[in-house]
Amino acid sequence: MPDFLLWAAAFVLAMVALGLVRVKLGPGYADRMMAAQLLGSGSIAVLLLFGAATGETAVIDVALTLALLAAFASSAFVHFAAARERPAADAEDPG
Amino acid sequence: MSVLVDLFTCLSVAAGAFFYLAGSVGLLRFPDAYTRLHALTKADNLGLALVVLGLLPQMGGVLAGLKLVVIWLLVLFSSAAVSQLIARAARRREAGA
Amino acid sequence: MTIVVNSGVVFLLLALALWTVVAREAFLAIVGFVAYGLLLALVWVSLSGIDVALTEAAIGGGLTGALLIGAAARLRATETEARAQACGRPTRVLALVVSAAVAVALALCVLVLPDPAPTLAHEVAADIDATGVGNPITAVLLAFRAVDTLLEALVLVIALIGVWSLTPDGFWGGRPGMRHRANPDGIFGYFARVLPPIGVIVGIYIFWTGADHPGGKFQGATILATMWMLVLMAGLADAPPIGRRWLRIGLVVGPLVFIAIGLAGVLVPGAFLAYPAGFAKPLIIAIEVALMPTLVLILGLLLAGAPERGARP
Repeated sequence: MPDFLLWAAAFVLAMVALGLVRVKLGPGYADRMMAAQLLGSGSIAVLLLFGAATGETAVIDVALTLALLAAFASSAFVHFAAARERPAADAEDPG
Repeated sequence: MSVLVDLFTCLSVAAGAFFYLAGSVGLLRFPDAYTRLHALTKADNLGLALVVLGLLPQMGGVLAGLKLVVIWLLVLFSSAAVSQLIARAARRREAGA
Repeated sequence: MTIVVNSGVVFLLLALALWTVVAREAFLAIVGFVAYGLLLALVWVSLSGIDVALTEAAIGGGLTGALLIGAAARLRATETEARAQACGRPTRVLALVVSAAVAVALALCVLVLPDPAPTLAHEVAADIDATGVGNPITAVLLAFRAVDTLLEALVLVIALIGVWSLTPDGFWGGRPGMRHRANPDGIFGYFARVLPPIGVIVGIYIFWTGADHPGGKFQGATILATMWMLVLMAGLADAPPIGRRWLRIGLVVGPLVFIAIGLAGVLVPGAFLAYPAGFAKPLIIAIEVALMPTLVLILGLLLAGAPERGARP
């Protein structure tokens, strides 16, 4: 069982690496902004699998922190990348 | 009994990993940013849900299991909101450029 | 098996680092850097450094990324000029050679470490019961080497004063950053209304569990500060003017309590920051609780930047 979970974690990590290729290639900022999303959900799965495989429960706290911080990083990317077109004025966001 | 539980975990985690594969392949092959967002958020979320479901029986106590579910719900909520924001930012850049 | 995974992760890290360095625009480099930070948390977990992984995820993943993005946004206008004036090829080759040499030197140092490496872990494990906490990292940070933590808190306050010193004279005492406005019923407003309460609970939980499990005040404070920044970015609240009294008091309460406990230690057991026997745990808790608002305010205000507006709303 732990071996299987470790293999699954390695596989998900490989999928994250595959997704990062798109982040590198992707024309346009939207593709780059997806990096934090991709890494966030991928790393959380890897951490949970790793934690279950080794029996270390503190790893779940790391996954929890990552969930919050990846969301914050993504929204920071979007917020500042979107505000670039309006440099000094009020960053008006109709919703 | 524990053999059944282990089998359930293996199947669920394998299904979750498959959805991660689908998400990454979609991310690579879809034609534009909006479709890639679909692949990324929907497929990866489902993959995470299956992984969490599979790991729930392996957890030592109720608190750990609860944390797993909370993590999943957090990721679900934040990826829904963030994908909307990214799509809107992409739209605005297209409209402006 | 682990060799395969570890080499995979190392390869990915190196690729990300290379991308960050050669990226053409600041935004792309920052995306690479944040990705690098998030991935590094995985590395720390596999090295069994869970506390470090928490700190890396919190600071390297979220806080530093937001800080760099804010800086890049301000530097937008001058970016093309700066790139035109970038240094020539010989300088870059020299930089590459020096960096590679440093990396090789570090790797050699790690490889020739005596096995088992010299460590004080046994002494810590022997005396940890006297401190009353179960997490050896917390015991080292707040009991055995408390003076380092005190100096670290003071350095953070000085860093904030350094950022404030960039304020234009007319705006001293004013509010940092622009006033953001977002429709509170829109997506970003909704996101910033639902996530922070959950984030606050998680932040306080991580702070509280630091006594016996990986966690602690620094990681908890980072989570709270990022949630505060999320609320500010969505325009649901305005940044406080830096001249406000409650803000100034909150900034100094942590180090002052810490120093007071240290000086009291001079009187009773006889050394600065010594804890009387039996009182270690309550004193440690007092220091941590006092440092939390200080750290949250400092980290949040560092992200918000120097004041750009007057104090009036």
